[in-house]
Amino acid sequence: MTATATFSIWRGDLQGGKLVDYQTEIVQGMVVLDAVRRIQADQANDMAVRWNCKAGKCGSCATEINGKPRLMCMTRLSDLSTTQPIRVEPMRTFPHIRDLVTDVSWNFAKKRTVRKFNPRKPDAADGTWRMAQIDVDRVQEFRKCIECFLCQDVCHVLRNHQLFDEYIGPRLLVYDAALVMHPLDSDQRLADLRHAHGIGYCNITKCCTNVCPEEIKITDNAIIPLKERVVDLYFDPLTRLFGGAR
Amino acid sequence: MAAPVRIEIPSRPAHFGQTSRTDPWWATPTVVFVVLSAFVVYSIWAALQGQDYRWGPYLSPLYSPELFGGPQAWLGGKPMWWPHWLIWSPAILVLWAPAGLRVTCYYYRGAYYKAFWADPPSCAVGEPRQSYRGENSFPLIMQNIHRYFMYLGVLYLFFLLHDAWEGLWFLNPAVGHRVFGLGVGSIVLIVDLILLSGYTFGCHSLRHLVGGSVKQFSACPVRARLFGCASAFNRRHMVWAWMSLCFVAFTDIYVRLCATGIWTDWRIF
Repeated sequence: MTATATFSIWRGDLQGGKLVDYQTEIVQGMVVLDAVRRIQADQANDMAVRWNCKAGKCGSCATEINGKPRLMCMTRLSDLSTTQPIRVEPMRTFPHIRDLVTDVSWNFAKKRTVRKFNPRKPDAADGTWRMAQIDVDRVQEFRKCIECFLCQDVCHVLRNHQLFDEYIGPRLLVYDAALVMHPLDSDQRLADLRHAHGIGYCNITKCCTNVCPEEIKITDNAIIPLKERVVDLYFDPLTRLFGGAR
Repeated sequence: MAAPVRIEIPSRPAHFGQTSRTDPWWATPTVVFVVLSAFVVYSIWAALQGQDYRWGPYLSPLYSPELFGGPQAWLGGKPMWWPHWLIWSPAILVLWAPAGLRVTCYYYRGAYYKAFWADPPSCAVGEPRQSYRGENSFPLIMQNIHRYFMYLGVLYLFFLLHDAWEGLWFLNPAVGHRVFGLGVGSIVLIVDLILLSGYTFGCHSLRHLVGGSVKQFSACPVRARLFGCASAFNRRHMVWAWMSLCFVAFTDIYVRLCATGIWTDWRIF
C-alpha cells in the first residue's frame, strides 16, 4: 500500500538556508533515509546527504527528525505522523556544511585529548594479560558506541552553551568510562576528567541516554560512575582517608 | 595529553523555547513541576503542624524518627535548647535528611533542573539563559555531598523498619497491653518502607560505593554481587523515586486523617 508524505528538508550551506517541502510516495517498511534518498533521486539530485550502512551501525546519517536527534536509517516512517510535514534538519550543534551534512571533526579532535589506553604490566612472561569475563562484560556496553554523535548534538552544554573548550561531551565521557573501568588500564584519569574534560558541567538531564541508538545507558553507567569517582578523589574526605579512590 | 583542541564552532544559541520538536516536550517537565511543588508545599505544611502525626501504633514517615516531641518520643518532649522564637515541630529535626537525599539525588537533579530552572526545559529545546556553570562550581558543586545523605537515608530505613514493626502492635484496652495485629495502616507503613528501600538501594552513590568503584569485579566477587543488586534497583530508580515520594505523602495523609477522625483505620485482625 502506498501513500504520499511531505518532508520538510533543510536545504542550504554556510551562507544560509531554508526548509524546502518535498512530496514523495512512501510504502510500508520505509525509514526516513529511504524517503530522503528517493527525494534525492527523483527531485533533488544536488541534495547533500551522508549515509553509509543503512543499518544503524555507522552513525553517518545522524540528523534531527521533527526536532529530535535520530539516525535516519533507524527511524521508521510508521512511527511518525504523516499528517504534518516531517522535518529533517542537520545536527544543530556542529558546523553546517551543506543540506543535511555537518562537520563533526571537533569530536575526533577532542578525542585525541583523552589519554591513550595504558595497560598494566603483562600478567604472563609471554607478554599477555589475563582478564575475567565479568570484567570484560562491564565495559562491553561502552564499546557498542557507533560515534554517531547524536548524544553530543543533544547535550545542552554543547548545543545551547557552546562550551566546546571546557566540556568534552557525553560520547567522550563514555570513551573515558571505557578506559577508567577497563580491567587492564593503569592510567590516572580523574584529574583530566574533572579539569580538562569538565565532567562537572554535566547536569544529568539524560538527553544523551534518550537519543542513543545503541541504547547505551550513558548517564547511569558512564557519566554518574565517573562523577562518583571524581567525588572519591576530590570531595569525599572519608573515601580519600580509606583509599577508595582510583 | 595532546595539545588543547582549537576548532572554531560558530555560535548558534537558540532562544528560550526554540525547537523543531513537534511532540509535547513541555508535558513531562510540567508534570514534574506540579508534582514536586505539590509535595514540597504539602510536606512543609505537614511538618510544621506538629500534631496529628501519630495514630494508635502508626507514625507518619515525615516525623520519623520522633526524637523529641510527644509522649512516645525517643528523647522526651520539646528540647529546652530550642529557641522560643522558632516554630517547633518534631519533624524539623529529622526531615532535613531525607529532603537532602532527594534534593541531591542524581535522578531528581536532572528532573528539577529541567522543570524548575529550564536548564534545559527539555531535550533539544532552547534555554532562557546564555551563561552556564553546571555542577562545576558553587553552588551546585555542593551536590557532590549526595553520598552523605545516602548514608543517612540507609539509617532512616532502620527507623522506618522499626515504625513498620511497631505498626503491627495495637493496644488492647481489655487486657491492658499491646497485641499483634494488622490494620490497613500497618500495610501502608510496610509498603512505604518497601518503596523507600527500593529507592534508597538503587541510589547511584550506593551502587558506586558497594561495588561500582572496584576496578576488577573478579577480584571482589561479593562486591560484584552487591553491585549487581544495586544495579537491579537502579534500573528503575526513577520509578522508585516517584512511587516512594507519592507514597510518603499518602502515608502522612493516612495517619493524619485517622488521627483527626476523618478516616477509620480498618483492622484486618
